[in-house]
Amino acid sequence: MKKIIEGSMAVAEAIRVCRPHVISAYPITPQTHIVENLSQFVADGKLKSEFVNVESEFGAASVVLGASATGARTFSCTTSQGLLLMLEVLYNIAGLRFPVVIVVANRAVSAPINIWCDHQDAVTARDTGWIQLWAEDNQEVYDMCLQAYRIGENPEVSLPVMVNFDGFILTHAFEPVELIEQKDADKFLPPYKPVQYLTTKNPLTFGLLVDPEYYTETRYRLQKAMEDSKKVIEDVAFEFKKKFGRYSGGLVEKYRLDDAETAVISMGSVTGTIKDVVDNFRDEGKNVGVLKIRTLRPFPKEAIYSALKDVKNIIVMEKSISLGLEGVLSTEIKGCFYGKENQPKISGFIVGLGGRDISKDSVRKTILKAEKELVEAEFVDLKYELIGGKLL
Amino acid sequence: MLKEIRIHGRGGQGVVTAAELLAVAAFEDGKHAQAFPAFGSERMGAPVQSFVRIADHRIRARNQIDKPDYLIIQDSTLIGAIDVLYGLKPDGMMIVDTEKKPSELKLSTKAKVLTIPATKIALEILGKAIQNTTLMGAFAGATGLISVEAIKRSVKKRFGGEMGEKNAQAVQKAYDMMKGGENG
Repeated sequence: MKKIIEGSMAVAEAIRVCRPHVISAYPITPQTHIVENLSQFVADGKLKSEFVNVESEFGAASVVLGASATGARTFSCTTSQGLLLMLEVLYNIAGLRFPVVIVVANRAVSAPINIWCDHQDAVTARDTGWIQLWAEDNQEVYDMCLQAYRIGENPEVSLPVMVNFDGFILTHAFEPVELIEQKDADKFLPPYKPVQYLTTKNPLTFGLLVDPEYYTETRYRLQKAMEDSKKVIEDVAFEFKKKFGRYSGGLVEKYRLDDAETAVISMGSVTGTIKDVVDNFRDEGKNVGVLKIRTLRPFPKEAIYSALKDVKNIIVMEKSISLGLEGVLSTEIKGCFYGKENQPKISGFIVGLGGRDISKDSVRKTILKAEKELVEAEFVDLKYELIGGKLL
Repeated sequence: MLKEIRIHGRGGQGVVTAAELLAVAAFEDGKHAQAFPAFGSERMGAPVQSFVRIADHRIRARNQIDKPDYLIIQDSTLIGAIDVLYGLKPDGMMIVDTEKKPSELKLSTKAKVLTIPATKIALEILGKAIQNTTLMGAFAGATGLISVEAIKRSVKKRFGGEMGEKNAQAVQKAYDMMKGGENG
């Protein structure tokens, strides 16, 4: 059934039909309507979950870690500083191979304080061993929530999954979302069957001290599981499409790339704006396309290379930066072409930090500029009057 | 068809709710719709903006609306205080809550300007100076983009009970006034 609802409600509705046993959240800023709605579902008896209010995001992540260890399906949700406070526990959850799912409403990090959208929070958590899915709109984030459990709980994967969608721009947007009935969700997502879990009947220890004789192999196995999860992520997306008619997951999305000379790469909601600009360029006879990154980890370097091997210009537009170098995505896209023939020109732009709007005019100018010259880590729409009148 | 609407008002006037309810009503009319706020720090009285897109196709753009077809001004004291006219299309339209005539506002725009005493109507019918639903009725009457029935359903559902009924009355009154053509 299609309903027009807020993005945060769409996520809550998705999680409701996933039937998590345990939900934990820190109920204060920065938080989202997602857990507010979920706690209401639990209070109204629409969702049989244990809802645990905790004292911090560190606590929220620790509760889902512990609950997942007992074989429960778990969910939490956070954003910005909250995700940073979870960081230590995120590494633990991945190292323990618990298929926890969290949704992150992507927002800027302090200081200065800023509550608006960018991608620095989740990109900072890139190396934790979590699978990261990135949604463009509220239908995608809804669909990805169901897929996230299927991916993470696959015994061959056994990894936590972080589903990302843009704070405010999507969390607070009302738009139509096709919702899935509980009985259909149950068919797609059967109950979680953990291979190992904490029980008094068969006592086990998880995450104990491992000396240099063993640690390397645990990291190797994590790396291998991440690499192998690419196939599962795609298989789950295909199965979802077969059941519900939408290919809303997978590794990348190609848009008008077939004969493209220039390709724009992005993640999240700005991709929609970029697609509109690309349509305008196409009307003018310009061969431009878009490659949307749906999975940042594992990084789909093969899919990216195969989609872009014939383009001349690549333009990366991203909402975060690895300070002291450039945007993370820019570096990683360059890596996809190492050692290959026909190297494209790869330019990187930083856009939309701390919620700054990204207009179609800005996207258009950025594309035109990068077609002419190679650009590295350029901040789009800088206000010169705030930095002394000129570039520093 | 894609129409873009920007709503200006102040914190506490239901600017964000108006955008949501317009989108809900357009969706009920069978159209595609998107509504989102401009995310100011949410203080009572501070200038607030919200945005609505209505189309007969899927809506992908996420940028704030910088070239609106329609402007709704919930608080006429914002005129002059901030650039509410920014980007308004010359063939567009704006609706202002004021008891003044459009010519008295002395707006430098080629777009059509309509006025409606929405706060006055809201005070009469709702007993509250919350003019957002009244302006939604005026919008339906002036543009025909959304049906007044869908708007009334959306406000009844949101506010419920007696308040829902009263808001629907205010919507109908403003709609009829605009249809009567006494506001241009």
